[in-house]
Amino acid sequence: MAGKIKRLLALGAVVLTTAALAWAGSDDQPKASGAPKPVITKAVKGEQCVEPNDFMRRNHMKVLLHHRDETVLEGIRTKKYSLKECINCHASEKTGSVAASKDDFCVSCHSYAAVKIDCFDCHSTKPQGSMAMHPLNAETAHYAHKLAAQANSKISAEEMAGIAQ
Amino acid sequence: MNDMKSMSDNTPGSPERRRFISVATMTAAGVTLAPGVMLIDVAHGRPEEQAASSAVRWGMLVDATKCASGCDECVSACSTENGWTPVAESKHPKQAPQWIRKLELQDPLTQAETNLPMMCQHCEEPPCVDVCPTGASFKRADGIVLVNRHTCIGCRYCMMACPYKARSLVHEPLNDTQKPDVPRGIGCVEACTFCVQKVDRGDGTTACVEACTASGHNALVFGDMNDPESEISKRLRELPTKQVRADLNLNVGVRYHGI
Ligand code: SF4
Ligand code: SF4
Repeated sequence: MAGKIKRLLALGAVVLTTAALAWAGSDDQPKASGAPKPVITKAVKGEQCVEPNDFMRRNHMKVLLHHRDETVLEGIRTKKYSLKECINCHASEKTGSVAASKDDFCVSCHSYAAVKIDCFDCHSTKPQGSMAMHPLNAETAHYAHKLAAQANSKISAEEMAGIAQ
Repeated sequence: MNDMKSMSDNTPGSPERRRFISVATMTAAGVTLAPGVMLIDVAHGRPEEQAASSAVRWGMLVDATKCASGCDECVSACSTENGWTPVAESKHPKQAPQWIRKLELQDPLTQAETNLPMMCQHCEEPPCVDVCPTGASFKRADGIVLVNRHTCIGCRYCMMACPYKARSLVHEPLNDTQKPDVPRGIGCVEACTFCVQKVDRGDGTTACVEACTASGHNALVFGDMNDPESEISKRLRELPTKQVRADLNLNVGVRYHGI
């Protein structure tokens, strides 16, 4: 019984591999129509990613996950595999962001692959640093508060102290 | 998983490499007093690949006798550094996140006024960590209490448990106004982080302390309470200080003088 299952599995694997090879090898296979290919813009800074492109395309989520836990829990802030560094390199020249418009680096592939990410619910999509290079930098966006502060109304001491919450 | 090998190869794990790095950074972070005599500032020179260490305990001293009435420099510095909208500018001030707030208290009997900033006290025994169902609320080795937003489910138990009302929930989408160094977002609880991004960078201080010093009030001191030579340790030895709600035995990291 076990032998039979093994043989079946092996056969399955062979069939799948052959199919995959055939798919990968043929250029004239029917393309899924209506699914525009992702736009992969070359990084603004830098020549080569921290790993070969092929590796990163398949494994960026794994290295990011590993690095994220080290950073948050232990305070290890090496640059390699840091999401901030990805953004520093890959922010689009047009929007200054990796996820502001549909052709920006992260969004472009993820919408093609139908992967919904929530990284940017919390993380800034824009690089830190020179505002000249990235005019839409989060550094500047935040100063909106400062400007608004001058125009804005007062609030009671209780509310300030959080007592009214 | 073969692919993942290359990652661990690059992780600086070997003792030799660690020793080399720590010697190298000590040299960089140390101050030469005389030939061959170095004053080594370990806490400020942690290399970026080294984890936060329990040899350090970050803490803050608030000298309420110097904290000025009407001044909120520390609060606005925090909001600028960490990217939270000041309460007065929020559309919903009653639920707006506050990492630090300024309290002006008056003794009803004597009319004496006390000014102090209140924020996460970075408890050694933090109730917010005890109650968290996911482990998202945690204390880092160097005593900084943080929320891991990757695992926070926004249940707000920690907000209930904190005796200092130090935590807030982010109710609104932040629409990419976050600072690159300070990720924060809707549905997660947050509080003062002792400017962990600055601490890890080696600044050895926080935005509120910098602002208070710059304003000339000098009411705040930040530093390593485990290092007997640090400014905060020296001041704590000289000044009588109190823990707010000392009865709870939380051994807080923020000590108040003059309350
Ligand atoms: S002050 Fe509140 S939020 Fe901060 S560590 Fe203590 S219990 Fe947790
Ligand atoms: S709100 Fe988040 S950090 Fe607080 S107790 Fe719930 S899961 Fe933990």
